[in-house]
Amino acid sequence: MTFNRDKLFERSLTFTAWLVVILVAAMCLSLMVYSLPVFRAIGWGFLFHRVWDPLEGKFGAMPFLVGTLLTSFLALLFSLPFSLAIAIFLGEYFNSGKIALFFQNTTSLLAGIPSVIYGFWGLFVLVPLVRKLEIKLGVLPYGVGIFTASLILSIMIIPYAASVGREVISLVPSELKEAAYALGATRWEVIRHVIFPYARSGIFAGILLSLGRAIGETMAVTMVIGNNNQFPSSLFAPANTMASVIANEFTEATSDVYLSALIGIALLLFLVTTVINIIGRYIIKKLSV
Amino acid sequence: MMENYRKRELINTLMKGLVFFFTTLSLVPLLFILFYLIKQGIGAINWEFLTHLPKPVGESGGGVFNAIVGTIILIILSTLMAVPLGIGAGIYLAEVKTGKLVYLLRLGTDILQGTPSIVLGVIAYLWVVKPMKSFSALAGSVALAIMMLPVIICSTEETLKLIPYSLKEAALALGAPYYRTILKVILPAGFSGILTGILLGIARIAGETAPLLFTAFGSPYLNLNPLKPINALPLVVFNYASSPYPDWWRQAWGASFVLTVMVLVFNLAAKIGARKWEIKF
Repeated sequence: MTFNRDKLFERSLTFTAWLVVILVAAMCLSLMVYSLPVFRAIGWGFLFHRVWDPLEGKFGAMPFLVGTLLTSFLALLFSLPFSLAIAIFLGEYFNSGKIALFFQNTTSLLAGIPSVIYGFWGLFVLVPLVRKLEIKLGVLPYGVGIFTASLILSIMIIPYAASVGREVISLVPSELKEAAYALGATRWEVIRHVIFPYARSGIFAGILLSLGRAIGETMAVTMVIGNNNQFPSSLFAPANTMASVIANEFTEATSDVYLSALIGIALLLFLVTTVINIIGRYIIKKLSV
Repeated sequence: MMENYRKRELINTLMKGLVFFFTTLSLVPLLFILFYLIKQGIGAINWEFLTHLPKPVGESGGGVFNAIVGTIILIILSTLMAVPLGIGAGIYLAEVKTGKLVYLLRLGTDILQGTPSIVLGVIAYLWVVKPMKSFSALAGSVALAIMMLPVIICSTEETLKLIPYSLKEAALALGAPYYRTILKVILPAGFSGILTGILLGIARIAGETAPLLFTAFGSPYLNLNPLKPINALPLVVFNYASSPYPDWWRQAWGASFVLTVMVLVFNLAAKIGARKWEIKF
């Protein structure tokens, strides 16, 4: 009797484990199956065409690929000095005490605010500011666009990159740092020549993970990017990312090919973020063992 | 020699200043957002806002009662779906430790952790909305449940790994069968950690909009039927924010404030819980 129950228990555990694995596989499979029609209708050109015009039956994902790449890399660029500074600040200068606690709490607060609220704030505060800047620069003052979306994204990803960076910096063995100090190195020299080389791959992983976040972020971007399906002409132009075009057009997709084109973009988004994430996590796991 | 030393000192001070400067500067947007949220949000909140249904376009006033109820229903449904699956898979990871399935499960959990929320919305649309031919609270909670899953799996595994082996051995030595050892000894010992994980999972999904756009969809009515479209606070923020009516903007700030407080409470509860019931042996 007991034997049977043990068997049953183990079986149900194994079953649950398989269920989760199957769930992930089924997700990938569903996306593939439902995006087949667009690949059948247009072929691989779906990924490379520069025109997205559902009324004419033209589906090219290139504008969104470029939009996603531009916004997420710009966001990374904007956020890098800040996240690196926070990581060094909390990992080296103040790794305990009240100041550290304050910064940790505020960054986790920042990470906890729902993304739709970032978008809302961006729409009402950041967009007018960017519009003023654009008037000064003499470009068309849309206010919304790639630049604004990158700004919002950079605020949103700072906490992620910073917390991973802080963790890997605090992993640096103190013997190494002490040895450098004993040789007469200044604090910056220790950071530059001991901590950075040691934590390099971990910091890189943190950057990768926040890139994955930026690529997949939907709401905040959708609200401030301007939703324009043309190939982006400048950094200030309204555009669309892969995530934002799905959010905008999914419920409007009338024909099967249209819907399948959007699902194809979802598949692409899924694959790209998955690859970036797995590499990032692999690096971190290797470091922390 | 002396000059070289001065130069190094100078660089050291300069870089320290830069690090401090950028760290402080990074607080500016946060304070800016919080300031706006509190200033605009509190002004919009009153008894009517919290307990009334939305008024038709053009009439001012009305509230977001249906969205608050909807968000609670979505959270409950998705928690019910994600918790058994997540805890089961977490126990499996903690108990079995190696093997092909463990490898696949870890990979799957990592993938889920990084999947963009909008993709989960598409999945729930394909799996639930399409076959049932209707937007529904159920579809929304399926998307949210998938999003919660990796958080619960990870925290269950981490918690159970902390529980000393001697506890298990003691139970087995007393003649308790394996399943009772896990269910009556190991799980209760790790209860607080698992609960923390569930709370973190809820905090992760409570503010999500993207997975709900074409699953729960939103609705101006109060709905308790999980098979019908349902409103949620994040959807209210999104729909009202992109509307042309100043009164709706005001309500969107109010909804943002309520939503942020909700997420914060779950995060705080998780944090306090983790500290108070820290697993020590």
